[in-house]
Amino acid sequence: MFAEALEDILRDRCTPAVVRAIEAGDDPMLLWSAIAEAGFLELLAPESAGGAGLPLDEFFEVALLLGRYAVPLPLAQSMAARALLPEGACPAAMLTFAPGLRREADGWCCPQVPFGAIATAVLADDGDALLLFDCQDAQRLPTGVAHSQAAGLRFTAEPQRFARDGQALRAWGAALHAALIAGAMARAFEMTLQYGNERSQFGKSIGKFQAIQHQLSVMAEQVAASRLAARAAFGAGTAPGLLQAALAKARTSEAVVPVAATAHAVHGAIGVTAEYDLQLYTRRLQEWRLAHGSEAHWHPVIGQALLDSGAPVADFIRDLAAA
Amino acid sequence: MANLLDNFAYATVPPHAQAFRAEVRDFLATEMPTLPADVRARSWMGFDAGFSRRLAARGWVGVTLPQEFGGAALDAFSRFVLVEELLTAGAPVAGHWIADRQSGPLIAKYGTPAQKAFYLPRICAGEAFFCIGMSEPNSGSDLASVGTRATPAADGGWRLNGRKIWTTNAQNCQYMIALVRSSGDPQDRQKGLSQFIVDLSLPGVTVRPIEDLTGDAHFTEVFFDDVSLAADALVGAEGQGWEQVNAELAFERSGPERLYSSIVLLDRWIEVLRDSPDASRHLATVGRFAAHLAALRHLSVSCTARLAAGESPVIEAALVKDIGTTFEQEIPAVISALLGEDPQADVDAELLRTCAYVSQVAPTYSLRGGTREILRGMIARGLGLR
Repeated sequence: MFAEALEDILRDRCTPAVVRAIEAGDDPMLLWSAIAEAGFLELLAPESAGGAGLPLDEFFEVALLLGRYAVPLPLAQSMAARALLPEGACPAAMLTFAPGLRREADGWCCPQVPFGAIATAVLADDGDALLLFDCQDAQRLPTGVAHSQAAGLRFTAEPQRFARDGQALRAWGAALHAALIAGAMARAFEMTLQYGNERSQFGKSIGKFQAIQHQLSVMAEQVAASRLAARAAFGAGTAPGLLQAALAKARTSEAVVPVAATAHAVHGAIGVTAEYDLQLYTRRLQEWRLAHGSEAHWHPVIGQALLDSGAPVADFIRDLAAA
Repeated sequence: MANLLDNFAYATVPPHAQAFRAEVRDFLATEMPTLPADVRARSWMGFDAGFSRRLAARGWVGVTLPQEFGGAALDAFSRFVLVEELLTAGAPVAGHWIADRQSGPLIAKYGTPAQKAFYLPRICAGEAFFCIGMSEPNSGSDLASVGTRATPAADGGWRLNGRKIWTTNAQNCQYMIALVRSSGDPQDRQKGLSQFIVDLSLPGVTVRPIEDLTGDAHFTEVFFDDVSLAADALVGAEGQGWEQVNAELAFERSGPERLYSSIVLLDRWIEVLRDSPDASRHLATVGRFAAHLAALRHLSVSCTARLAAGESPVIEAALVKDIGTTFEQEIPAVISALLGEDPQADVDAELLRTCAYVSQVAPTYSLRGGTREILRGMIARGLGLR
């Protein structure tokens, strides 16, 4: 029901035009406030702290929607931060997660931070504690990728420190992006299917050609597999497990290439134009494939855990699905 | 259209089926013969009547059939667990496999009371093994063009003429359920097709095994030369064979059998890696296979939940089968390349034999139970493209 309520807002307030405007540098606060004032930032905060105490599996639907609407704000991260930080500790900021953290002579550096270009706070993990940085005095290092809101961040001011719950931040970063990828894929797939049914060549819609049908069938397989792989990271408990998140992020990231490729192949040249909406989703798919580790990062993590487990592969994945 | 993807709701195996897994494991620990990996890799081609009968004695052949016929009346999830355990162990299931999965449920659904009373208890006792007669020399993927014909006889029975090919394991089975033309002609396509239970010991039936490239002979060609069938050989309604066959294929396509055909090879390779000094070089490959299998299993469990709810997820099953066989075929392709990485290296002989066998038969994974091209066409239909 939270997902439906959020979608009502996104449908009106997060249109493709709004996404483009924010990516072009417009003030994101109008969209941010609309969502924050409706209380959505507190979905994962415990009920004792005035939050909704939303179970993880229901939160998956919310994260999926944020991907589906290509929301150009670190909303998923800001929501999850309420579950990572102690009650009342989360700032009223546009907060994002740092995939990595490096100590430097005069401060800290966080490379490739999703939404690093606009975030006002960053949560990072130094292996001992969670570090909460205020971006007020941060140096932002844009990636230079057109329309991207990712950026590196350099901090000199001391962060706030909070107790760390194992690798929870790492798992959240991966799981959230798996869900975002699944959401953006679903939208790219719908657009592609619709285009295949509408675009006519040689006197019939291109979706009537067997070659196109088979491409769309394979795309559907990848999208369905990604959706369930992502969903599996949002199981019981209050936070995604690291290996569940690893399976989710690895599988969805790997699907990005065939899914984006087919979406564009079926659309023909119009699909890569700035004016057509498909790029809002496929650009994100490519960027999110890397965010918080691509499949090349997570596959060895999973492989090592499987070898260490001593178990046959089916037992290994089943135990993770049950946990 | 997008409904097709929405139909894959996330589901988990419920506790009763999880608990059942322990029972299956106990059984396999004592009753499964000790076999090398290259023999276990044959699993659903592996015929062992003794094993099938021990499984039947334990109550696990005809697992979804009603108890009044000797079945275990287990739900789709328990069957999923049983099959998953049998296949990951590489158990020889060919004997009872088709009867348990397809023929038994088909007879239970469409058979007359007399047919049920005769066949189902025999299936559940491991006494009646079945094979499926669908393909013919000129009708494989174009199943509606089957030409084997049952002609009404004066005594109310039928005369059967024609032949079936690629029939798995007919030489070890007592019965075949054959899809044949009972009225009209091949131009009528799906109309006029019926399913018949053919007793393979009848005069006029000849079974000829076909040796395959691995040296095995699991496939057969079956000839019907004026075979006299009794009236009660017909299953279901005359002319309704096409609908019946399609309902049957939903059982075949979505289950764990479409994920685990190469699993014995993958597990054997991982075991060898665990003892190898250069395992670290292969972590990414191992992890990738695990990630793929995890996602596939979620898809398969999602379909199983629909079956358990009494639905018939035909299109969804086609989707699972197509992506599942892609995974099953990638395993031998990748492992084979890695085994040949260093021409000077010794390769574990059992692993090599397993990899060779799986590599050689892997092309059949996307043929059996509906070819890749047919399945993709079905998915496209489900997406509203045709």
